[in-house]
Amino acid sequence: MTQTTAPAPVAAPAASPAPRARSGRVRRLTGTDRLVLGVMIGVPTLIQAVLIWIPTLLSIGLSFTRWNGLALSDIHSAGLANYRFAVDEYPPFWPAVWHNVIWLVFLAGIATPLGVVLAVLLDQKIRFTRLYQSIFFTPVMLSLVLVGIVWQLVYARDEGLLNNLLGTAGTPSAVDWFGDPHVNLWAALVATAWRHAGYIMVLYLAGLKGLDPSLREAAAIDGANDRQTLFKVVFPAMRQINVVVVVITLIEALRAFDIAYVINRGTNGLELLSILVIQNLVGEGQVIGVGSALAVLLLVVSLVPIVAYLIRTFRRAD
Amino acid sequence: MNQSRRTLLKSAVALGAVPVLPALAACSGGDPAGAPENSKATSLGSGLADAVPKSGIQAMVDGFQRSSGDTVRLNVMPRQQLIDNVSTYLQSNPEDVITWFAGYRMRYYAGKGLLAPIDDVWEKVGKNFGTGLADASSYEGKKYLVPNYNYPWVVFYRKSVWQQHGYEVPATWDALLALCARMKKDGLTPIAFGDKDGWPAMGTFDYLNMRTNGYQFHVDLCAHKESWDSPKVQAVFDNWKQLLPYQDTGALGATWQQAARSLASKKSGMYLIGTFLLQELTDKAVVDDLDFFAFPEIAVEGTDAVEAPIDGFVMAKRAEKNQAAKDFLAYLGTGKAQDAYAAKDPSNLQTAADADRSTFSPIQKKAAELIANAKSVSQFFDRDALPAMANNVMIPALQSFLKDGKIDIKGLETQAKTLYASA
Repeated sequence: MTQTTAPAPVAAPAASPAPRARSGRVRRLTGTDRLVLGVMIGVPTLIQAVLIWIPTLLSIGLSFTRWNGLALSDIHSAGLANYRFAVDEYPPFWPAVWHNVIWLVFLAGIATPLGVVLAVLLDQKIRFTRLYQSIFFTPVMLSLVLVGIVWQLVYARDEGLLNNLLGTAGTPSAVDWFGDPHVNLWAALVATAWRHAGYIMVLYLAGLKGLDPSLREAAAIDGANDRQTLFKVVFPAMRQINVVVVVITLIEALRAFDIAYVINRGTNGLELLSILVIQNLVGEGQVIGVGSALAVLLLVVSLVPIVAYLIRTFRRAD
Repeated sequence: MNQSRRTLLKSAVALGAVPVLPALAACSGGDPAGAPENSKATSLGSGLADAVPKSGIQAMVDGFQRSSGDTVRLNVMPRQQLIDNVSTYLQSNPEDVITWFAGYRMRYYAGKGLLAPIDDVWEKVGKNFGTGLADASSYEGKKYLVPNYNYPWVVFYRKSVWQQHGYEVPATWDALLALCARMKKDGLTPIAFGDKDGWPAMGTFDYLNMRTNGYQFHVDLCAHKESWDSPKVQAVFDNWKQLLPYQDTGALGATWQQAARSLASKKSGMYLIGTFLLQELTDKAVVDDLDFFAFPEIAVEGTDAVEAPIDGFVMAKRAEKNQAAKDFLAYLGTGKAQDAYAAKDPSNLQTAADADRSTFSPIQKKAAELIANAKSVSQFFDRDALPAMANNVMIPALQSFLKDGKIDIKGLETQAKTLYASA
């Protein structure tokens, strides 16, 4: 991360002659500057280390042990047993992986494009555009509990809005949106799209608003139609935002959690990796070794897009 | 929601951070000295946070403060929070007396030395409790729990519906299946069922297991002294398969409260659930129309065993020397204290023998008799077994069984081996 690399120039001159490339920049800093910079960068780095990196390393360590969470002397080495258990013997594991993949495909294929389309539409000079923006963005601001209640009202088998609109409520042919494991994943995905599209919309809209209007004017003068302007001029110019949107979509798919958890605590067709981690690490079902192993697996998977993104960012910064 | 790459890192790692908390707590170790022996102050950590039970606990605290002159500091926390964090809580700075449960959940923490034995309290209140309750409060010959109340799991039905169709209480498994078939023909859902939350199905499993294999097998299986990969466990699921078509097929999408409404609205013929059903159904016309019977016999021990989870109080290890805490516990074991609680929350049954039973409704009287006549009292699967086994293994396994009638008992055994080895 950027902070961790930054303190070097501050400390360097004191110990040894600074590398020539940096010396010009460093010399301009006064003593106070250095102090302020050191504190401002050092404190967040310390917090990161204490709250994130140390626990991460401890977790990785614990994933190779068997521990009941009580006395430290109860920690026993378990080798790779927890990983073997998670991958081979824990029935919800592979369904969870599969559901995360479906989640990703759905977000990338439907929800994100939907958000982009909304943004492009609302960027036109239509009336009440701010009202529409607010409406689409509202789900992003709602708390987890409220989201759960809203979708409970929609999906409940007998009392729910959806089945009542379909006219099947109370009859045997009523679709059990939350209980039927073939359906509930899609019900949850629709609910997710409802939030995700609004979020992407706001991001994208901000990008569109920030776009230099002369670009469009130039395109118009050159005789491009709306479609050509959008695909050949606007999208390429929005490259930065596009990357952010892709990364966010990936991250959202990997950390998918809340809606499935609210529906039925992520069981019966709604298994997700993040939920398995929670089930095994927090609360009654705590099995620290297995839960840590699951968390490490999720971390490794998550690191792939993060590292890819960071490499991209740094390369551009250089 | 706030997304950025760093947030993801944080959340991914926050998950990893959790197991560290108990370790840190273990380091701090709380106040080793505890309160002095002649203390006049004690404290109660209560997981009964809903309005009704909370007022019941308050009534008990008030009663003790009045009669003894000691002061009780009451700390109310959400029930799930207490359950989820109990390891950390017991190791850090717990209240002296804590609301807790009988069964494996008590024995496990007693075995780890986090609870204090309270045999001296039992010398005073022991005569109030029969052998079933005494056994449920013991671990390796020492008492660790003062029971407050319990409630049995039974099969509820509406009298008017049964009269209308001329149904009779089934005493045997075959009679139950025949009754179910008849109800189905009459257009009813024979057995109301809501298992969205996962735990209610354990009630059906426990009864089928105890009726098929006996009480001791239930206890040993829950403690993993018996293997899951055995013909006995298979027999339980074979029996269940016969019952499955008669249980509400929408169970996986419904909560137990929704299933209760199905019984109340006369759509279902019966409902296997704890008597806490009466907290949910409050319409007097419905309540007066309710009756219940014990789960019918199948193969062994008739209907000797009753599933009746006991809620009570334990003492934290560090309060061992606090006389006020012991006095408080002794008070909690009296009929007087339990009556004070029951006056506020009448849906449960006081356990003390000298409690006032004259205010019981007919259903409560019948439930109390059922427990009194039971030869053995089980505590429900998630209290009798390792919580991780109940939560992480049984819930998905039973839910998948409800889906397609298939169960992988070999898989249950491999998972049980790993989880119990970590305990």
